[in-house]
Amino acid sequence: MKRFVYADNAATTPVSREVLDAMLPCFERDFGNPSSQHSLGIEAKDILDDARARIAAVLGCRADEIYFTSGGTESDNWAIKGAAMRMRAKGRTHIVTSKIEHHAVLHTCEALEKEGFEVSYVGVDSDGVVDLNELRSVVTDKTAVVAIMYANNEIGTIEPIEEIAEIAHAKGALCFTDAVQAVGNVDIDLSKSGVDMLALSGHKLHAPKGIGLLYIRKGVVISNLIEGGGQEKRKRGGTENLPYIVGLARALEIAKEKMPDLERVAAMRDRLIEALTAIPYSSLNGHRTKRLPGLVNVGFEFIEGESMLMWLDMAGICASTGSACSSASLDPSHVLLATGVPHERAHGSLRLSLSHDTTDADVDYIIENVAPIVEKLRNMSPLWEDVVKNKK
Amino acid sequence: MKYSEKVMDHFTNPRNVGEIEDADGVGVVGNAKCGDIMKMYLKIEDDVITDCKFKTFGCGAAIATSSMATELVKGHTIEEALKLTNQVVVEALDGLPPVKVHCSVLAEEAIKTAVADYYKKIGRPVDFEIEKEHDEE
Repeated sequence: MKRFVYADNAATTPVSREVLDAMLPCFERDFGNPSSQHSLGIEAKDILDDARARIAAVLGCRADEIYFTSGGTESDNWAIKGAAMRMRAKGRTHIVTSKIEHHAVLHTCEALEKEGFEVSYVGVDSDGVVDLNELRSVVTDKTAVVAIMYANNEIGTIEPIEEIAEIAHAKGALCFTDAVQAVGNVDIDLSKSGVDMLALSGHKLHAPKGIGLLYIRKGVVISNLIEGGGQEKRKRGGTENLPYIVGLARALEIAKEKMPDLERVAAMRDRLIEALTAIPYSSLNGHRTKRLPGLVNVGFEFIEGESMLMWLDMAGICASTGSACSSASLDPSHVLLATGVPHERAHGSLRLSLSHDTTDADVDYIIENVAPIVEKLRNMSPLWEDVVKNKK
Repeated sequence: MKYSEKVMDHFTNPRNVGEIEDADGVGVVGNAKCGDIMKMYLKIEDDVITDCKFKTFGCGAAIATSSMATELVKGHTIEEALKLTNQVVVEALDGLPPVKVHCSVLAEEAIKTAVADYYKKIGRPVDFEIEKEHDEE
């Protein structure tokens, strides 16, 4: 029987009912501007302070280390550009990042190259783990910031962020991590992680799109990206998006409460990996164990990802691919290419990202559907024809 | 990617998928690196394409344009087949998203390459261009 299975939670998630319920009063009743002097404004300020304190409790940091932004992309831009601009005055004109970062980081670094900064793009191994030896060799006393993601959005590999922070600090550089995919999926304790800055986004964890934050460790100073009316301790202008901030706080609390359930999610992930890699000429992308609990990425040879997605979509399954045909460029996923996957295999990658809402029946349904689709597409693939003929 | 109903029809029920064992002309275009390969098989009698089959590795648009191209040349003369342009394929599919237009170019080239293969087999000079400008990709 046809089902609807949403397996693209790494792209975005639905806003949960609990989050929505927490937000609603802020649209009508508690609509005040936290900067206003009247009682409505004071009430709004209290709600804002409360949300910030609750988020700090979840992340293991101080409330005054949290700066609300419009989301992951703004946080990534702010952290890297802000650190680069600030540190340039100290003669630090070098930035270090990895080859598998999100475009919000990569394109920010490319923009800074045009401004005269030098950028080193550190490679990864075949599992997508950042090469720490290469990292050690490129970080110098000219490095302003080391920007490396907590966990990769395409292949799910979790990076050794504490060691990365140590390497950055050994040369006096700042360490920033894009934790957009990790938050809610990995228990992050900022009091122990060692990072100076961390970006997260609400819509990956059942809060709305358009809200995120940048954690900036106390004592770390970076330049502003958005000037305005003195909000966020004069570090990020713009009237606070109170309903969404309240939603983000609730979403982070729920994600923390649901951490024990991630074991169930990981078990479903492993069942999917096992079943899909049992299909001939397929392979897992990303690290087998150091990976996000809900993320599966499998490459199928001799077929192309978008065709797979279209058939899956018709079966009611939402997934994603690293194929170029799903994008405007002709190149497949830069992440898969960085791990050494050849172009032709990168075109046949399928990403399935699960959540707490995913059930065993959903996983069964995905497994039932993928193999026949792969077979159907292979049967019309000239590359598969060659494989079959060579076998005969 | 939002596709027309025609594209979806040809993607889900592709016409003329397969191989022709004793084909008179075979054309392969594209490469796996770019994510599209089309292979066209032609059966030709008295300069008429009596049968045409394809195999394609590629996205939804690549499969749909291959399928449509086979329909547009099957039963037609070689002369007519050589006049098939990618625009005709695109129009027959009620349009393609701009980033997918290159798939229709591949379909046109696949047909022409298969005809060229036939010409070589029978010793006829290949008096037409195969490669289109790929600037728009």
